[in-house]
Amino acid sequence: MLINQFLILGAVLFCIGVYGVIVRKNAVLVLMSIELILNSVNINLLAFDRLWGGQVDGNVFALYIIAIAAAEVGVGLAMVLLIFRNRKTIALDDLSEMKG
Amino acid sequence: MFAAGTESAGWFLEHAWLIPLIPAVAFFLIIGVGKRLPRGGSEIGIASMLASLVIAAGTAYQWIQRVDAPVAEGELGLSRASAGFGRVVSEKVATEGHEVLPVINSWNWFDIGGLKVSIGSHIDGLAVTLLLLVAFISTLVQIYSTEYVRGDRRYTHFFASITLFSAGMLTMVLAPNMVQFILGWEIMGLCSFLLIGHWWEQKANSEAALKAFWTVRVGDMGLLVGTAALLSVFGTLEISEINEKAANFAGDNKGMLMFAAVALFIACIGKSGQFPLHTWLPDAMAGPTPVSSLLHSSTMVVAGVFLVARLYPVFHVGLDINIAGQDFNLIAVIGGITILIAAGLAFVQDDIKKVLAYSTVSQLGYMMLGLGVGAWTGAVFHIFTHAFFKCALFLCAGSIAHTGSHHSFDMKTDMGGLRKKMPVTFGVWMVSTAALCGVPFFSGFFSKDEIIDSAKYNDYKLFYFVAIIGAAMTAAYMTRATYLTFFGKARGGAAHFVHGDDALATNAHDAHTVDAHAADAHGHDDHHAPAHHSAPLPFAKSDSSWQITIPLIILGVLAVVSGYLNAPALGIHWFEHMTESSIGSGTAMSVPPPPKFTWAAAAPGLLLVALGFVVSLALCKAVFGEKKNALQGLTQRNVLLGAGHKFLVNKYYLDALYEKVIVHSIAHPISRVVYWTNQNILDGMVNAVGKGGKRSGEFVYKYLDQGLVDGAVNGSGATARGAGTALQPVQSGKVNLYGALLFGAAAVGALVLVLVNS
Amino acid sequence: MLASEVQVAQNIGFGIIAAIMILGAINVVRSSNVVHAALSLVAVMGGAAAQYLLLAAEFVAVTQVLVYIGAVMVLFLFGVMLTRAKLGKDVDLNNRGGALIGVPVALLLLGVMSYVLIKGFEDTKLDPDLPPTSTAAVSDAIFSVYAVPFWALSFVLLAAVIGAIVLARKD
Repeated sequence: MLINQFLILGAVLFCIGVYGVIVRKNAVLVLMSIELILNSVNINLLAFDRLWGGQVDGNVFALYIIAIAAAEVGVGLAMVLLIFRNRKTIALDDLSEMKG
Repeated sequence: MFAAGTESAGWFLEHAWLIPLIPAVAFFLIIGVGKRLPRGGSEIGIASMLASLVIAAGTAYQWIQRVDAPVAEGELGLSRASAGFGRVVSEKVATEGHEVLPVINSWNWFDIGGLKVSIGSHIDGLAVTLLLLVAFISTLVQIYSTEYVRGDRRYTHFFASITLFSAGMLTMVLAPNMVQFILGWEIMGLCSFLLIGHWWEQKANSEAALKAFWTVRVGDMGLLVGTAALLSVFGTLEISEINEKAANFAGDNKGMLMFAAVALFIACIGKSGQFPLHTWLPDAMAGPTPVSSLLHSSTMVVAGVFLVARLYPVFHVGLDINIAGQDFNLIAVIGGITILIAAGLAFVQDDIKKVLAYSTVSQLGYMMLGLGVGAWTGAVFHIFTHAFFKCALFLCAGSIAHTGSHHSFDMKTDMGGLRKKMPVTFGVWMVSTAALCGVPFFSGFFSKDEIIDSAKYNDYKLFYFVAIIGAAMTAAYMTRATYLTFFGKARGGAAHFVHGDDALATNAHDAHTVDAHAADAHGHDDHHAPAHHSAPLPFAKSDSSWQITIPLIILGVLAVVSGYLNAPALGIHWFEHMTESSIGSGTAMSVPPPPKFTWAAAAPGLLLVALGFVVSLALCKAVFGEKKNALQGLTQRNVLLGAGHKFLVNKYYLDALYEKVIVHSIAHPISRVVYWTNQNILDGMVNAVGKGGKRSGEFVYKYLDQGLVDGAVNGSGATARGAGTALQPVQSGKVNLYGALLFGAAAVGALVLVLVNS
Repeated sequence: MLASEVQVAQNIGFGIIAAIMILGAINVVRSSNVVHAALSLVAVMGGAAAQYLLLAAEFVAVTQVLVYIGAVMVLFLFGVMLTRAKLGKDVDLNNRGGALIGVPVALLLLGVMSYVLIKGFEDTKLDPDLPPTSTAAVSDAIFSVYAVPFWALSFVLLAAVIGAIVLARKD
C-alpha cells in the first residue's frame, strides 16, 4: 500500500471537514465537521507511524486526540445546549450580535 | 622777515585758524549753558567776538609787516613742509614784483579718490581785510544787540545764531579751498534763515526767511556746479592753485572756464542780491535790526563779491574782463542793472529799513560793477567802507525804532522831526549818508569814485554813465529818507516821543499797549517784561542807551576815517598796496592799475550827486511839507505818474513773476502729477497688493486649505472609514466565516510555504 | 497467500472503505437531515476504525469504536435531540453563500496538500512485513515517555466533565 493512499484520504476528509465548518449553520453540525477533521488527522498520524516502523508515537498521539476530542465534544455540546436554552436557536448566523 | 624754508611767518598768521574757531566753540557754549548765565549767553558771544577781533587785529598787523618786509633774495619755489599731523605749511619766497605770497596752513581733512581736501587758513590781504571787518562789525553789533533785543523771548538763541554766523563767515573768508569756502557759505545761509525768522510766530517773518533761503539756494546750485567745473578744469580745489593756474591759463578748454565763472557768478547773484535774485534782500528786513545791519548789509551779502574777488583770475580770464575791445561782460551788466533798479525802488519805500535794503542792493551792484570793469581794489575797498557806513545806517534805524518811533519803521506814519531829540543818531546818520552818497572826503567817496573812474578808464563807458546816474539817485533817495525821518513835523510814534514827557522819554514805550505794536509788519519782540533800560550817553540824554549809541559813534567815525586808507585823491594807496597780491597776475590776465585821480574826472559825478540832493530836497519840502501845493498827491491824480509809481511799488512785478508765474507754474503741475502718481500709482500698487493678498488668501483658503489640506485630512478619514467598512465583514460574528478565514489563511500559508521551498 | 496477494486484498479493502468514508463525509456536510448527517458520521468513524486496522493500529481502532462511535456519537445524537433539531428535512441548515467561500477554500487546501503529498511521497510503500503495533508498547509509551501528557489529559477530562455538568445543569 502506498502511503499516499492514506495521506490523500486524510487530505480529502480534511477538506470536506473544512467545507463543512464553513457551510453548516447548525452548531452541532459544525462540531461534527470538526470531528471529521480530527479523524482525518488521526489517519495521517497512524499512516506515518506505520511508515516509520519501530515507534509507537503516532499511536499514542492518536489516542490522545481521541480523548481530547471526546472532552471537547462534551464541553462543546454543553455550551450549545446552554446557548439553545438562552437563545432558542443554534443557527450560528442568528447567534451573531455584530451589527453588520 | 622770512627766508626760504619753513620759518614761521608770525604767530597770528600761523594761528589765524583760531579766528573762526573761537566763535564756533562759543556757539556750542551758548547753546549749552547760555540760558543759565546772568546775561543769557551774550557774555560768551561778545567775549568770543572780542577774542576773534584781537587775533584778527594781530593777523592784520603781521600781514602789514609781511608786506612791508624787504624782499629777500631767493628762488621762486614752492616748499611745502609737513609739520606733523598732516599739517602743511606753504612758504614761497618772495621774488621780484613785490608779490607777497599768502600764508597757507592746512590740515588734511579727508581724501576722496585721490583728491585731498584740506581745512585750514589762507591769509592774504583780502582775507585779512574781511577777517578784521567781520570780527569788528560782529563785536559792535553784538554789543548793540544786548540793548536792542533785551527781553526777547529767544535772547540766547539770537546770540547763538549770530555767533555761529560770524564763525561761518570767518571760516569762509580764510578758506584755502573751495570745500571749506562752501562750508562757510552754507553756515551763513543757515544763520540768515534762522535770524530773519527770529520772530517766526508772525507768518510774514517766516515767509521772508524761507524766501531768502530758497532764493539764495537757487544761486547755490551755481556754486556747486561751478566748483565741480573748476575741479574739472584745474584738477584741484585749492584756491591758491586755482588762481595761479587760471592766471596763467593756456589750456584749450576756455569754454569750461567760462562756464565755471558763469556758474559761480550765479551763486554771487543769489547771495549778494543782484538782479534778478535780489528780491529776498528787502524782505529779509523782517529780521531784527542787528541782523539786518550785520548780515544783510555789511558782511553776509558781500560774500558773493568776496567770491568774485577771491577767485578773480577765474572770472577775469573766464569772462575776458579788460580784454581790449570788450564793452561789457556779465558781471558788469548785472552790477549795472542792479544799481539802477534798486535805486529806483528805494524811492517808493515807506519803511526806512527797506530803503536801506535797496540801498544795500544798489551798493552791491557797485561792487560787482567794479569787479566787472577791472577795478578790483575799488570794489574791495568799497566792501570795506560800505560795511561801516551801511552798518551805521542800519543801527541808526534800529536806534530810531527802539527809542523814537515806538518800534515802528514806517517813515511816513511814525517818524519825523527826530533830529533834536536824537542828536547822536542824527549825527551818525548824516555822516553815514554823506559817505553813502559819495560826498568828498567821506569814506564812500574814495571807494566809489575809484570804481566810477575805472569804468571810464577801462573803456566801459556805458557803465560809467550808469554809475554816476546811480550816484545821483542814491543822493536823491537818501535825502528823501533823511527828510522824512529827521525833519518836518513829528508824526505818530515820533510825535509821542518828541512831544511826550521828557522824563519818560527813554522809557516811553514801556507804557504802551500791545495795540501799537500789533499793526507793525515787522514782528517785534514782546515787551511784556522790559528791564530798565541802560543809561543813555550823558551828552544825549534823550537818545538811545549807550550800548546803542557807542557802537553808532564808533561806526560813524569810521565812516569818515576809513576812507583815508586808500585815497587816490590824496595820493594814498596804502590799502591797495596791502591787498594787491590777492588780485592775481599771470600770463593770461593783466588787471589794469587803478587810474590816477583827477578832480576834473570826478567832477561830473559829483555834480550829479549835488543835483540829486538839491532836486530831492526841493521835492521833499514840496511833497511832504506842510504847505499845500500842486505836487502833493500827484501820483494819484496823474495816470502816467501813477502807473509808474505803482510799477515801482510792486517792485517791477518781479516778485509776482517769480512767485505767481514761475514757481506756481512749476510747482502746481508738479504737485498735481505727484498727487496723481501718489493716488493712482503708489496707492494703486498698495491697493493692488492688498487685493492680491486678499484674493490669494481666498484662493489658498478655498483650494489649498479646504480642498487640499482638508481634503487630505478628510480623505484619510474617509479612507480609514472605507477600510474599516471594507474590513467590517471580516468581523461578522459568524463563526463559519471565522473558520473560513482560518482555513483559508492556512491554505494560503501552506501554498506560500510550498512555493518558497520548491 | 503470497505477499502481493495480501496487498491486493488490502488495497481493495482500502478502496472500498475509503469510498464509504468519503461518501459518508460528503453526506455529513451536505445532508439536509441532521440525524442523517449524524449517522453518516458514524459510518465515517467506522470506516476510520477499519483503516486503522489496515494500518495495524489495533488498539487505536478499538478505542476509536468504543469512544468515538460509542460515546461521542451518542453525545451528538443527544445534542441533536436536546436542541430540538428538526426531524426530517430541514431546509435551513446551510449558510447562504457558504458554498461560495467554502468550495474555493477546500479546493485550495486540497490542491496544496495533494500536490505536496504526491510530490513528497510518490511511491513510498508501507512495509508489509512490519509486525502490528503491540498494545504493550503503546501502553509503555503512554506511561513512561508520555506520562505527563497523560496526567494533563486526565485533568482535561476532569475539567471537561465538571465543566459540562456546570454548563448544562438547570437550576
